[in-house]
Amino acid sequence: MNFPLIVQYGLSGITVGSIYAIVAVGFNIIYSTTGIINFAQGEFLIIGAMTAISLYQILPLWLAIALAVIMTTILGGLMEVVFIRPVRNASVLRLIVITIGLSILIREAMLHIWDEQVHSLPYFTGTSISTVTILGAHISPQVLWVLGTSAVIVAGLTIFFRFTPTGRAMRACADDPMAACLCGINDRWMVTLSFMLSAGIGALAGCVISPVTQTQYDMGAPLAIKGFTVAILGGLGNSMAAVAAGLLLGLLEAFVVSQFASVYKEAVAIVVLLLILVFRPTGLFVRREIGALRAA
Amino acid sequence: MIPLRRYWPVAASVVAVIVLQVALSLTGATYYMTQVAMSAYYGLVVIGLCLLMGYAGQVSLGHAGFFAIGGYTVAYMTTVNLLAYRDVPLMRLLQSLHLVVRWQNLYGADVLSFSPWPAFITALLLAGLIALLIGVPVIRLKGHYLAMATLGFGLIIYRVVLGTKGLGQADGISNVPPFHLLPWLQVNGRPPFRIQNYYIAWATVLLAMVLAINLVHSRVGRALRSIHQNEEAAHSLGVNTYRYKLAIFVLSALFAAVGGAMMTHYNGSIGPSEATVMKSIRYVAIVAIGGMANLWGAMIMAILLNFLSLRGVFGTFDDAVFGAILIAIMLLAPQGLLRMPKWHAVASVWRKGTFYFFARKLPDAAEGSEKSRMSPFSRGGSHG
Amino acid sequence: MDNVLLETKSLHRSFGGVHAIKDVSVQVQKGQIKAVIGPNGAGKTTLFNLIAGTIPPHEGEVTFQGRRITAWKPHAVAALGIARTFQTTKLFPHMTVLENVMVGRHPRTRSGFIAGMLNLPCTWREDCEIRARACEILADLGLIKSAEETASNLPFGRQRLVEFARALATEPVLLLLDEPAAGLNIYETRELSELILKIRDRGITCLVVEHDMSLVMNISDDVVVLDQGQKIAEGPPRVIQRDPEVIRIYLGEG
Repeated sequence: MNFPLIVQYGLSGITVGSIYAIVAVGFNIIYSTTGIINFAQGEFLIIGAMTAISLYQILPLWLAIALAVIMTTILGGLMEVVFIRPVRNASVLRLIVITIGLSILIREAMLHIWDEQVHSLPYFTGTSISTVTILGAHISPQVLWVLGTSAVIVAGLTIFFRFTPTGRAMRACADDPMAACLCGINDRWMVTLSFMLSAGIGALAGCVISPVTQTQYDMGAPLAIKGFTVAILGGLGNSMAAVAAGLLLGLLEAFVVSQFASVYKEAVAIVVLLLILVFRPTGLFVRREIGALRAA
Repeated sequence: MIPLRRYWPVAASVVAVIVLQVALSLTGATYYMTQVAMSAYYGLVVIGLCLLMGYAGQVSLGHAGFFAIGGYTVAYMTTVNLLAYRDVPLMRLLQSLHLVVRWQNLYGADVLSFSPWPAFITALLLAGLIALLIGVPVIRLKGHYLAMATLGFGLIIYRVVLGTKGLGQADGISNVPPFHLLPWLQVNGRPPFRIQNYYIAWATVLLAMVLAINLVHSRVGRALRSIHQNEEAAHSLGVNTYRYKLAIFVLSALFAAVGGAMMTHYNGSIGPSEATVMKSIRYVAIVAIGGMANLWGAMIMAILLNFLSLRGVFGTFDDAVFGAILIAIMLLAPQGLLRMPKWHAVASVWRKGTFYFFARKLPDAAEGSEKSRMSPFSRGGSHG
Repeated sequence: MDNVLLETKSLHRSFGGVHAIKDVSVQVQKGQIKAVIGPNGAGKTTLFNLIAGTIPPHEGEVTFQGRRITAWKPHAVAALGIARTFQTTKLFPHMTVLENVMVGRHPRTRSGFIAGMLNLPCTWREDCEIRARACEILADLGLIKSAEETASNLPFGRQRLVEFARALATEPVLLLLDEPAAGLNIYETRELSELILKIRDRGITCLVVEHDMSLVMNISDDVVVLDQGQKIAEGPPRVIQRDPEVIRIYLGEG
């Protein structure tokens, strides 16, 4: 394999990987504030993309995307208020089952509102055949959009959580809901906010990746599984590690595709998932004991 | 004193089954029996899953995988053509033992393949073995970790059957011969055997119910329930929680494999659609609506919902219906609809529904003791 | 020494850098009631967890009846004859009081999966015995009237009693009681003292973690004092009461 080819596969891996990372970050945001794994996370990406695709027929691209993100954000909040809030103190089993049911409902709704065809947003800049040359490899400019958007999302979230009062309030809630409540933070709204945030970044990610991977109503579930794998790899609740883990998984998939048949690409994430669950469920970047302590 | 009180629903079911058959035969609607029989085989999976989820408190989102293992194993072994090896001494031996038989398939071609009984036994052994292999590392996980691991397992099985040439890929395996349980009794979906197979299916299900009921009422059943309700306490009372959870996982896998094997012989075929995640979730939804720890509820709901689904009553909303069921049950009636007498159920759902819309807070019935945000491992220690 | 039932030798256990138990060596004689006291966070429950197998020690040994049981899993420890109760009552909430106690018979009974599923005759007799024994114990503790009640419906004091009954059902040789008097009023505590004495008279050795000093002074033969994971003092209750170190850790410096 020559260098440009390596760069090509590498960039392709990082591209998809950054999307997995965003899905994982979405998982982590909700998990840290509520302890729930939101199985419907992947659907946010698809809803965002599908909505934008429909809106694009009557609005300019940027507006369509912006509106789609806003609408998905609101949907995420509604979802939490209607389905999660009343049963927040239920057992893990019950909550898991509810989010699974939600992901199915959303998917079926998408099937009936749109259809089972493959759609996509247009390339943000250029067309499907325009290329940019980096280090000898020819890649689509959309790749740069994806990487750029992901970086902006991660940076934005970091700033939000570290420097804004709302972000700090959410972290407080994640750490200790009771103490946060005592400080006057409304932890119920923090939970809603976390869902809205996850939905919003998911929608944005879905839109930016749509020209590259296309969008179909049932793509949410595989994305959720890969996102979950990445979240576990980095250690649940640890968003920085999730980013690294996402890139790792993306690169791993690209490597497998380059060396073996592309049909095994789907299997990579599942195998990684099972391996990590069996050997190191607290994540690669967390020392076992600390992970167990933190999660207890 | 023989404990018999637990069996009266079985007796009632036998009566109901007979009554139903006579009614269908008299009205000439015997074709319904096909879907009832299929629903019964799906019910086998549900019974096993009910033991796993309701009594032992472990979640599995991949049980369709075990159904598929059972079905594909019998399908493959009874249709693979070993004619080329017919002179190999081992083959001669197997033939003399009647483990391998020669027959003619639909196209009139000569086929040498395994006979159904050895295929069936192999299917069970394989399912049990795989359940053990998966269970050993995975059963000590908890909550969403276990859910995801079982989901991953189900996905792998799906990918395997979908991608392997020898298993028919997207088309699955067809031309599966009938299963002669006894010389005069065969599992066969074709019209002449309808009534016979109606009874075979029900007999299998009711037998499974009897075994499950016995288990639940026994010392082991109590131990399983204790693990679900407070694992640490159960452990401190001498219950080997790991071994019991593993055992019930394997048992439930065996139930599913039997369902898959019987269904495959009944339909004469099996395809990758039996191994999808949606199928696994369907089983979970049925256990939930039947009442997590309610064997009879699970069985009744399995027959009912699968029958409706098979008859196409849900149309294109098939999957959506099960998704909606899951949500509704988990929100409004986590104990399932069939725990309480009918009117009580309606009143309770109404009460909870109105609470829900006006007060935004639901009375939470105490359930299993886990809350969100716990260590991935089963309760391994408390600190301080 | 032949009379030593349970012995821990230089137990060490830390959690992420915090030494919960540091070099703790304790002996429990057969037939005695030994109390473990100390301020909050002293490591008393951790000590129990190390003995009962809930968590393994990082260093050190636990010996029971001369046998090394270090890091044995809880169910194996229970089968040997060590039973425990918990600081927060851990009943099986949706099972009846009787069923809760019947689970306690688990280590002394044998029917397995196959026998259970096939409802073999050998299980009939065993189940009858389990039920009878459980009823006996309930009657003994005055709980027989609540036998068919769902465990979570009982008032707090009686729930604790059910946990006792359940632990007794395992026919233990050694009983670990973790703060049995927590949340009980004066009368209930007095009844508890009598109960523990009665249990001891039946030949069951008791190791009790407690904060209630009157209980400790009244019934224990020997006392161990822990502070910040280390053993500070050990001896008969009257001696411990006057030990300056013990007084210091409870009342602070002068």
